[in-house]
Amino acid sequence: MSSASPASGCDAPPVGVDGILRERGQREVFCGLTGIIWLHRKIQDAFFLVVGSRTCAHLLQSAAGVMVFAEPRFGTAIIEEKDLAGLADANEELDRVVNRLLARRPDIKLLFLVGSCPSEVIKLDLSRAAQRLNGRFSPNVRVLNYSGSGIETTFTQGEDACLSALVPDLAFSDEKQLMIVGSLPDIVEDQLTRLLGDLGISKVVSLPARKAGQMPGVGPNTKYLLAQPFLAETGTALDKRGAEHLPALFPFGAEGTTAWLHAAAQAFGVPEARFEQVIAGPRERARKGLALYREKLAGKRIFFMPDSQLEVPLARFLAGELGMELVEVGTPYLHKGHLIDELAALPPGTMISEGQDVDKQLDRVRAARPDLTVCGLGLANPLEKEGLSTKWAIELVFSPIHGYEQAGDLAELFSRPLHRRDLLRV
Amino acid sequence: MQLTVWTYEGPPHVGAMRVATGMRDLHYVLHAPQGDTYADLLFTMIERRDHRPPVTYTTFQARDLGKDTAELFKTAARDAYDRFQPQAMIVGSSCTAELIQDDPHGLSLTMGLPCPVIPLELPSYSRKENWGASETFYQIVRTLADKERKPLPAVGENGPRRPRANLLGPTALGFRHRDDVAEITRLLGDLGIDVNLVAPMGSSPADIAGIGEADFNICLYPEIAAQACSWLERTFRQKTVKTVPIGLLATREFVSEVCAVAGLPVPTDLDQGRMGWWSRSIDSTYLTGKRVFIFGDGTHAVAAARVASEELGFKVVGLGCYNREFAREVRAAAEKYGVEPLISDDYLAVEEAIEAAAPELVLGTQMERHIAKRLRLPCAVISAPVHVQDFPARHSPQMGFEGANVLFDTWVHPLVMGLEEHLLTMFREDFEFSDAAGPSHLGHASAPAAPAAEQAESEVATITAPAPAPAEEGGWTNEALAELGKIPFFVRGKARRNTERYASEHGVTTITRDTLYEAKSHYAR
Repeated sequence: MSSASPASGCDAPPVGVDGILRERGQREVFCGLTGIIWLHRKIQDAFFLVVGSRTCAHLLQSAAGVMVFAEPRFGTAIIEEKDLAGLADANEELDRVVNRLLARRPDIKLLFLVGSCPSEVIKLDLSRAAQRLNGRFSPNVRVLNYSGSGIETTFTQGEDACLSALVPDLAFSDEKQLMIVGSLPDIVEDQLTRLLGDLGISKVVSLPARKAGQMPGVGPNTKYLLAQPFLAETGTALDKRGAEHLPALFPFGAEGTTAWLHAAAQAFGVPEARFEQVIAGPRERARKGLALYREKLAGKRIFFMPDSQLEVPLARFLAGELGMELVEVGTPYLHKGHLIDELAALPPGTMISEGQDVDKQLDRVRAARPDLTVCGLGLANPLEKEGLSTKWAIELVFSPIHGYEQAGDLAELFSRPLHRRDLLRV
Repeated sequence: MQLTVWTYEGPPHVGAMRVATGMRDLHYVLHAPQGDTYADLLFTMIERRDHRPPVTYTTFQARDLGKDTAELFKTAARDAYDRFQPQAMIVGSSCTAELIQDDPHGLSLTMGLPCPVIPLELPSYSRKENWGASETFYQIVRTLADKERKPLPAVGENGPRRPRANLLGPTALGFRHRDDVAEITRLLGDLGIDVNLVAPMGSSPADIAGIGEADFNICLYPEIAAQACSWLERTFRQKTVKTVPIGLLATREFVSEVCAVAGLPVPTDLDQGRMGWWSRSIDSTYLTGKRVFIFGDGTHAVAAARVASEELGFKVVGLGCYNREFAREVRAAAEKYGVEPLISDDYLAVEEAIEAAAPELVLGTQMERHIAKRLRLPCAVISAPVHVQDFPARHSPQMGFEGANVLFDTWVHPLVMGLEEHLLTMFREDFEFSDAAGPSHLGHASAPAAPAAEQAESEVATITAPAPAPAEEGGWTNEALAELGKIPFFVRGKARRNTERYASEHGVTTITRDTLYEAKSHYAR
C-alpha cells in the first residue's frame, strides 16, 4: 500500500517484480527451539533434548515462563568447554546425558535430539547420535533428531522441522484417509475432526498425534490439509510419501474455516448440500461472534512485523472478515505454494515483506503510525511508549485461534489492545 | 555436557547486555545468530523498559556461514554507529559466534569507527551472566576512565567541599537496583556526601571518563563491581567501601565505614527506620528460632543470613549460592551458622537440600519460590533471578534503613502472624478451626471441599475423620495420627519424618502417641 512507503530518511525498499519486499538485515525473531514449548504439550510422551549452549537453555526458560517449574518434558544438554575440545568426547557425553535422562523418565517413548546453532556449527552429527541411541533403546524409546537452530529456523519453523522428522518414521498405510497436519490445541483438533466426520469423511487423523505410539500411517491414499502455514518441509516430506496436499485457505475466521473444510469435502466427494447442512450452524455462530468485533476493528490500520508465518492468513482474515486495512504484512518466510489461495484473497496491492531489517521496518512503522502493530515482545513495550498500540504476536501461536468456534476469540485478541487504549485514563 | 532445565544465570553476553542497557549513549554490537534477540524481552518485559536495549545483533543465518560473516559484522557495526551515534561501542560474540571465530575486536579496529570501541572476550562455554557483567563493566571503566581526572582539592574557593563517591554495580535487570541506588544516594546525602557517578546504571561513556573525580568508591554489588573497584583502587588510589548495606546492622556498619573513608564523623541522629523496634516488639517473639533456608546470589544470601539470624532471631538451617565466584564468602558465612554450604547451580540439588533441612521459611530466588510452593513452605524472594513481580512499581529497596523495613515486611508476611498462629493451634480441635474446615467466610456449605486444601490439608482431613482401621501404613495408630494432626501443618512433615526415623532406629513397629512424644524429646533442638 502506498501509505507504507517511507516518508523520509530511508531508501526506497527493494520491491521485487512480484511486488514483494525482500529485506536482509537484523532480524528480531525467535529461533526454532521455541517450538518445543508447545510441541511438548502436544505430544504427551515425547521429550525434547536440546543439544546447545547456556544461551539455548536461557532462551527456553525465558520463553516458557512458569512452565519450566512444572517438570516439563524438555531440557538442554549444555555444551561445555571440554566438549569442544574433541568431538568423540561430545558423543560420549551426549550418550551419558541421554542414559541418565531416560533412566529418570521411564514414561518417555519418543526422544527428540534438537540441534542448535552451536551444535550445527561444530557439526555434531545428531542424526548419527539418534541412530546409535535407537540401537540401544529400541523398542522402548524411539530417538529422532531435527534442528531448531536460529541459523536454520525461525520460530514456528521449529515445528516444521520436528514434524518433517516424524514423517519418514510414519508407518505405511494404504487406507483412504484425511490427515490434519500441524499441532493444534486438543479442543480445536477435536472440533475440526468432528466437523470432518460429520461431512462423512470416515477416517480423519492428525499429525502429530497426542502419543508417540499413535502416529498416523501415510501413503498414496492419504490426502492432507495443512492447519498451519509454516509447514513447508513437512509438506514436502508428506508428498514424498505419496500423500496429496489439498490447497486451501487456512482455517482462520468463518470464511477461512469454510474454505478449508470445503477443500476436504470436495476431495472426498461430499455432496454440496450435505456440506452446507453440516457447516451452516457453526458458520453462523462464527459470523455472529465476529460481528461484535467488526464495529471495533473495521477501518483500523494494522502492521504485521514478521514472526510466525501466520501473518498472511491472519491479515487476510482481518481484512476480509473484519474490514481492517493492511499497512504492511511482514513474514519471516513466504511459501508461495502453500499460501497461493491466501495471497489471492488479500486485498489487491497489499504490501507484503519477507525477511527483515528491523530498524528500517520500525522506521516504516513510525512513518505510517498504524492503529495496531503486531510484533514480538522485544518491540511491543518500546512501541507502546511511542504511542503506538501493539498486539504481541506470540500469543497467536499459543492460543486456540483456528476454526469456527474460535473466530470470535481470534478477533478479540486484536481488539483488546484497542479497547484497553480507549478505556485507560492514565 | 550438563543436563539443564532451569538456569540461575544466563550466558555471559546477557551480562554484557545488562551493563549496556543500564547505560546511556553506549551501543553493543553482538555477533550472534538469528534468535539470540530473545534476550531483548527480558528487558522490555521483566523490567518493563520502554526502549529497546541498545544492542544490534548481526543475526547471521546458515546461508551466511559459507560467505563472509565477518563482512556482516562490519556492516552491522557501521549501520549501528550511523543510526545511534553512540559515544562508545562494545563489541563481542555470543556462544555461536565464538565458535565461528570471526574476530570482532580486530574487525572493529580496522573499521576506524569515530568512537571508542571496546572489545569483549566473554567465554560462553565456561562463564556466566554475572561474570559477563563484571568483565564488561571492568573493560568499559578501564578503557574510558580518564586518568588525568582526579578529585578536586578538598578545599576550594568556597571553602571545604563535600566528599564525593561513586556508586558502582547497579545494572539493568538487577534485583531492586533502581531503589537501592535511590536509597543509598539519600543516605549518603544525609551523611554529607555527594554522588559523583552511578555506574553502569544511568551513566554515559562521557560520565565514566570522570570516574576518577570521586574521593572513593562504593561497591554496591560485588558480583558486578568488585573487579572494577579493585582496578580503580590501583589506578586512582580510590578506596573501596566494601560493606554491602543490606540489613540494619550492615547499614550501620556501612555508615561507619563510609564516614571513616570520607573523613566525616558518624552522625548520632540518623533515622534508622522501624525494623529494630518491629523485631523487638512482642508480636515478633514467635519468630524466634524459626528455621530458615537461604539461597541466592552470594552477596544477597550472606546478607540475608545475617539479617535472619541477628536481626530477626531466626535459625539459619541452610545457606548457599549459585555463583561459584562467591563460594568463599558463602562458605565462611555457613561456617558461622554451623551449616553445610551449598554451592550449586543445579536447582534439583537445592530442592533436595531444602527438603532435608525442613525449614519453616525459604528465602531464595524465583526458583526457590516455586520449590517452596511445591513443598508448601512459606517463602520470600531475596535475589535474582526474579520474575516480573519482583520489579515492582512501588519503592522497594533492599539496602539501607528503608531496605531493612522492606525486608522485615517481606519476610514476615509469608509466615502466619503470631497471635493468629497461637489461636489456630489452641483451637485446632475446634470444629470451625480444624484443618479440615474451610474458611468460614465462604459459608459452611462449601466447607468440606473448600480451598483450605491448598495447605495440604487433605492429609489431615482423613486423619480427623473417624477412621476405622486400627493401624495405618507405616505402623501409625489412629490415635498417634490424630495427635500428629494437631501439630501445626508447617512442621508436621518434619515431626512425621522424625518419628518414623526414631521408630525404625529403635525397632518400634507400632507408632503410638507415646512414640511421637519420645521422638520429639529425642530430636529436641
